[in-house]
Amino acid sequence: MSGKPLLEIKDLKVHFPVYGGVFQRRVNDVKAVDGVSFTIHRGETLGLVGESGCGKTTVGRAIVNVLRHVSPDVTLEGEINYFDDKGTKTNLLSLGRGQMKPFREKIQMIFQDPYSSLNQRMSVKQIIAEPLEIHKPTMSKKEVDDKVLWLLEKVGLQPEYALRFPHEFSGGQRQRIGIARALATNPELIVCDEPVSALDVSVQAQVINLMDDLQKEFGLSYLFIAHDLSVVYHICKRIAVMYLGNMVEIGSADDVYFTPTHPYSKALISAVPEPDPTSKNKGRIVLEGDIPTPLNKPSGCGFRTRCPMARAECAQLVPQMTTKRSGATVACPYVD
Amino acid sequence: MSTTETTAEHEGESYSQFVRRQFKKNTFGMISVYVVVVIFGIAVFADLIANDKPIVAHYKGSTIFPVFKEYAVSMGLARWDAEFVSAEWRALPYDWSVFPPIPYSPSTTDKRLASLKDRAPSRMHWLGTDDIGRDVAAGLVHGSRYALSIGFVAMGIALAIGIVLGAISGFFGGAVDIAISRLIEIMITFPRFFLIITIVAMVEVGSLWLIMMLIGLTGWTNIARFMRGEVLRVRTLDYVSAATALGYSTRRIIFRHVMPNAIAPVLIYAAFGIVSAILFESALSFLGFGVPPTVVTWGSVLFRARASTYSWWLAVFPGLMIFITVSAFNLIGDALRDATDPRLRA
Repeated sequence: MSGKPLLEIKDLKVHFPVYGGVFQRRVNDVKAVDGVSFTIHRGETLGLVGESGCGKTTVGRAIVNVLRHVSPDVTLEGEINYFDDKGTKTNLLSLGRGQMKPFREKIQMIFQDPYSSLNQRMSVKQIIAEPLEIHKPTMSKKEVDDKVLWLLEKVGLQPEYALRFPHEFSGGQRQRIGIARALATNPELIVCDEPVSALDVSVQAQVINLMDDLQKEFGLSYLFIAHDLSVVYHICKRIAVMYLGNMVEIGSADDVYFTPTHPYSKALISAVPEPDPTSKNKGRIVLEGDIPTPLNKPSGCGFRTRCPMARAECAQLVPQMTTKRSGATVACPYVD
Repeated sequence: MSTTETTAEHEGESYSQFVRRQFKKNTFGMISVYVVVVIFGIAVFADLIANDKPIVAHYKGSTIFPVFKEYAVSMGLARWDAEFVSAEWRALPYDWSVFPPIPYSPSTTDKRLASLKDRAPSRMHWLGTDDIGRDVAAGLVHGSRYALSIGFVAMGIALAIGIVLGAISGFFGGAVDIAISRLIEIMITFPRFFLIITIVAMVEVGSLWLIMMLIGLTGWTNIARFMRGEVLRVRTLDYVSAATALGYSTRRIIFRHVMPNAIAPVLIYAAFGIVSAILFESALSFLGFGVPPTVVTWGSVLFRARASTYSWWLAVFPGLMIFITVSAFNLIGDALRDATDPRLRA
């Protein structure tokens, strides 16, 4: 199952500054991601789950390095190490704009909202051809055209769609265009930021099956970010659970889905809707209160304010990810 | 909202084709486009419509084209023969001649007119003359040139400054944004009209170019704010993130991905900006602060109306021209805004 490592995230921290007062001083930080580590192997699909605002999308955007464009003052700490096929390590966070460019084509992204992820003013052909023009300047016009048509076929769109514009397509078709654009540069890793959550259920299945097929054909690795746990379980070999900017559990999909260890994972999994209405609710764990603001996180364990098994020590101790006897890797010292 | 509803008839149309189709549905917008085209025609062919020289005439055994020769003379390519230099063109003994429909230039003073009654609209002067005998119709025809060029040049200056500053401010943010935003706020606090009047009054030699520059240099603030807001909105859209993730250069992202999606509402605003520039010039000329007295604009004809109280034609006809032009540009702006608004798609 696990090939060679492709991407290693080491203690990643992403903080967005908050300005206030008359002179717009930096008064606080939104700690969107506060020390997250995990590794993605070649050819694997890692699921990243958690509720809204837990920082999973920010992790994805940090990996493709697009945070600075939207918020120029963001601080990124830690390491994002990329391993090429010979095993040479490069820390992407230490690279400048120009140095980053050759790695851009290796790591691509698919977005949640298929309406805002495509430039309305460009035809499908222009959208898919643009990455080729930038990263493969030696390709002739004919080669680019052929590659665009080939990509369209791969994502299940008809070649005559090439000259149409995004507003003529449905959400599922647009998502396919976005996938074709991401595939254009022959990436090794695709960060999928909730790629199906904006689609109808019937279309979700089609897009997920397409992603599955493409993974087999091209040997892609996926970082699959989602909040729909049943979808994540279907497509992922391993699942990581995040809460309030921290990782709380990572393990094989079966372990996390059927025998979650961390108290938060247990609550999250118990919230998955049951397809069979006659089956009695088998112990739904309902958490008290709301998720705290990442502006002012609780001391010690971030989950302690809502944890059913919290103790006094939880306020002092910042839990580290440790591998338990059961084989699960969990950030909680009181479970095993 | 469904994007699959596009009927077969409109399949494959681009965004601009779509906007054009939506625009054509707006009756007032289309009428206004024709009105503006007519005004443009009048401005371009003003010399052939109102001129004290004949378009073509047979004089002393040779055929002459004085209107066209005037162009050559003004460009320094030819000279008038001595007998024409200060000729009273209408009085020359032609064999035959074809005069423009309005046989007066805007600065020709008709010395035959003595009383107020003579200056009123008549068969000789369709729209009357001003107090020194200059034909109003000729003034309005030639004035359309000034009105349109002031509208477009002033708007062009304002657009260039506003779009560039707004885009920079919105895209780069931070200290640049703060600096430009404060500059905009400072500019807005100045009452624009009085600022222009003050500068025109201080610069003793008023000229058309000065007026255009002043209207343009003071009129970019709203465009810049508009552009900044649009760029801020577009910048956070996912396809800009996608462009960054694909390693496109900042220049490419700004010009190919952000600008085209941010500029449409700004260009619509330009239609209204042309209106305000035309109104500004008219108001300045009406107050006597505008163009030099030898230049006849719509506003300066109005200015003449102040001096001669009973000459209603001096107020009504230029006022009507300003009203028609301003309304046409406003209606075009409205129609464009409706045509590009996705919420009104039908």
